[in-house]
Amino acid sequence: MKNTLSQLTRSHLFWPCVTLVLLCLANVYFNPGFFDIEVKDGHLYGSVIDILNRAAPLMLIAMGMTLVIATRGIDISVGATVAIAGAVVAALIGGSLVIKDGVQTYVSNVPMPLAIVAALAVALLCGLWNGLLVAGAGMQPIVATLILMVAGRGVAQLITEGQIVTVYYEPFFFIGNGFIFGIPVSLYIVAVVLAVLLLLTKRTALGLFIESVGINPVASRFSGISARALVFWVYAFCAVTAGIAALIITSNVKSADANNAGLLLELDAILAVALGGTSLAGGRFYLIGTLIGALIIQTLTYAIYSLGVPPEINMVVKAIVVFGVCLIQSPALRDLLMKHAFRTGGTA
Amino acid sequence: MKPTPVLVMQDICKSFPGVKALTDARLRLFPGEVHALMGQNGAGKSTLIKVLTGVESPDSGQILLKDQPIRPESVDDAQKLGISTVFQEVNLCPNLSVAENIFIGRFPMRGLAIDWKAIERDARKALLALNIDIDVTRTLSEFPVAIQQMVAIARALSTEAQVLILDEPTSSLDEDEVERLFDALRELKRKGIAILFVTHFLDQTYAISDRITVLRNGEFIGEYPAAELGRLELINTMVGRDIDEAGQAAKSASSADRPTDRPFISVQGLGAAGRMHPIDLDIYQGQVLGLGGLLGSGRTETARMLFGIDRAESGTIAIDGAPVRLNSPRKAVRQGIAFCPEDRKTEGIVADLSIRENIILALQARRGIFRYLPKRVQTAMADEYIKQLGIRTPDAEKPIGQLSGGNQQKALLARWLATEPKMLILDEPTRGIDIAAKLEIMDLVKTQCRKGLAILFISSEMSEVLRVSDRIAVLRDRQKVGEIDGKAADEQSVFRMIAGAEA
Ligand SMILES: Nc1ncnc2c1ncn2[C@@H]1O[C@H](COP(=O)(O)OP(=O)(O)OP(=O)(O)O)[C@@H](O)[C@H]1O
Ligand SMILES: [Mg+2]
Repeated sequence: MKNTLSQLTRSHLFWPCVTLVLLCLANVYFNPGFFDIEVKDGHLYGSVIDILNRAAPLMLIAMGMTLVIATRGIDISVGATVAIAGAVVAALIGGSLVIKDGVQTYVSNVPMPLAIVAALAVALLCGLWNGLLVAGAGMQPIVATLILMVAGRGVAQLITEGQIVTVYYEPFFFIGNGFIFGIPVSLYIVAVVLAVLLLLTKRTALGLFIESVGINPVASRFSGISARALVFWVYAFCAVTAGIAALIITSNVKSADANNAGLLLELDAILAVALGGTSLAGGRFYLIGTLIGALIIQTLTYAIYSLGVPPEINMVVKAIVVFGVCLIQSPALRDLLMKHAFRTGGTA
Repeated sequence: MKPTPVLVMQDICKSFPGVKALTDARLRLFPGEVHALMGQNGAGKSTLIKVLTGVESPDSGQILLKDQPIRPESVDDAQKLGISTVFQEVNLCPNLSVAENIFIGRFPMRGLAIDWKAIERDARKALLALNIDIDVTRTLSEFPVAIQQMVAIARALSTEAQVLILDEPTSSLDEDEVERLFDALRELKRKGIAILFVTHFLDQTYAISDRITVLRNGEFIGEYPAAELGRLELINTMVGRDIDEAGQAAKSASSADRPTDRPFISVQGLGAAGRMHPIDLDIYQGQVLGLGGLLGSGRTETARMLFGIDRAESGTIAIDGAPVRLNSPRKAVRQGIAFCPEDRKTEGIVADLSIRENIILALQARRGIFRYLPKRVQTAMADEYIKQLGIRTPDAEKPIGQLSGGNQQKALLARWLATEPKMLILDEPTRGIDIAAKLEIMDLVKTQCRKGLAILFISSEMSEVLRVSDRIAVLRDRQKVGEIDGKAADEQSVFRMIAGAEA
């Protein structure tokens, strides 16, 4: 019994899960209906669904970020990439409601699939740029991605011509607001990306190579792994996840705001990765942990809003909770507490 | 009159998950003695030292320093108590300068400012005492492992200590440097300092130590005056069974030399300005080519160029007669070349990955991302090599970083054998490997060689080079000065050749 328990606590998912459960319980305490799910018009509604739905963009980006961090890197430009990709897709679709032959139809500036592909391609381009700087030119990841972080919003402004671009094209809203079999579309997107990633990292050598490069790049190179190419593509992939997130966000709010879309998302993504148990020093990574990390952040945000914490101080509250969460997850602190508990309570 | 020990360790026990590293281990150090701590790979030598220096805390047991019980919590603590240590894996800061590394944590101050002048001056002095004359303001990582090891030693020597601990300090040093180190140790001995010394070189044990403590499987086996314990007895005590060093050696020396008509790899005028003068080498399948030479003679540089780590600026390489360009390790691996680097911590092991993952890493890299070896195959492969090379571990899923130094080295060898290479470059392959395992590994190298593997063998132990090599290329000052037949050569002839061009 003690053995299985200690095995459980040693699992890397244990502490993130405990944290999430605690946060949910806190939510239930303040809002007994937290776990209620209703079916309305064949769609699932409820706080939990809402949290999942809203967490989708963060989950996507955090998955990309997980791989980047696993290679000892970091990408602080994902927020800017969201702004750019969002601007591209909004500007290309635009859309208006016209009456054609007596029926109302939505028309877009360019066909929607084309706009989506273009947005993803632009995001990919952002990632290739980062990859080039980090893997090609050997720049420090934080400095290399800082460039795009700063310049990216400017680029997005150019695309939107300094305006908030509103989208009037109903079919596009499906991505961020639609449901399939009662479940939000965005969750399907997360599931697909997750499935692809799990497949790639568990069923091919990709996971092994990423971890190896993150732990010891020199030894990895000396073993014949093309560490640079790997790092390059990881940045590219991370930006694409930001592109996908941009589609969901833009569709959800039906507009693109170059200044505010994806603002501070990079920090949440990094936090999600850390909460999920992946070390920021690189190496072993945990995709599922990251997803739980993202959910922790979203649940926390939800709790803060539903408690009606004044907006001026909600960042402070969030910071305090995050601090607490990090403490719970710190092995050093846990050891200390354990030792103390054993010493005072005798052998348990 | 019985002298009292300055340091006593009693009944030390230490377990790691799945491993009992120390069971009732004991140690006594007297002032003014050099004490050798001997044992096979994984016997628990480093762990005992880590317990003593506060890196690991013991599960039970007692440490007495001058009859006072102590319990250091960190290396710093131990240092303050007068216990100064050079660890097995050089743990300096590669990005700092040599001088900073020597004085880090105890910078001399002048008023409120660090006295950089004094640091540089004293660092130079500390190194000159070991007869090393280098620019101490340069970054540590610019220097080869041997120099880094000397820097670590200089750092430990320059502190005021009553107990000095050296865990395999000589593993990458050549004979000259070892002699210099020993001179320094004798000096400290005269001053009454107690020195604990770990090595796998029996010659060194007998050259410097007064007494010997033997550990086996984490247990204390005995404490003997060095003069009263014969070489063979010592080996047998360490291993726990009878081993005939000379017999083993003779057996491995008698491998058939079967030169093929065409070299596997033929190197013409390979060189790079400032790093290596153009060099010609032919390496045949089924043969061991030894590289003889002193530290800094260009042995490692040659190996690195052959493996595509450092780009050669001139010269050609032909494999099986066809010209190739080797400008990355990846390409070299594809050509069937394997390379065990000399610095296993930074260039070899991927510490947090399991032994299994480390063993299959090169093979998987060669297969590419998509032809992933099924876990079942990986495990079978890892288990097989663990058995074949005698890697001491409870299972293949332990992180390789937790293995003892010598066992890490064996796992790295396994990594390359798993790729079934055509040529194997071994740069100090027996570094930190115990005497029994050394013989086993040399045997293995010979067996592989007889199966048609071409081997380039580098070692700072000349006797080892002589023992395995069919031919020896002698290097001096980054230049090849000649080649001799390994069977006919002895240490004298090689050293004459090394010195020859000078005379
Ligand atoms: N941090 C650790 N976690 C788990 N096991 C460990 C750890 N450190 C050492 N061990 C195990 O303890 C045993 C003793 O290791 P130790 O490093 O003391 O050997 P050693 O005598 O120094 O060997 P070598 O000559 O190879 O350096 C080994 O089996 C090793 O795998
Ligand atoms: Mg050791």
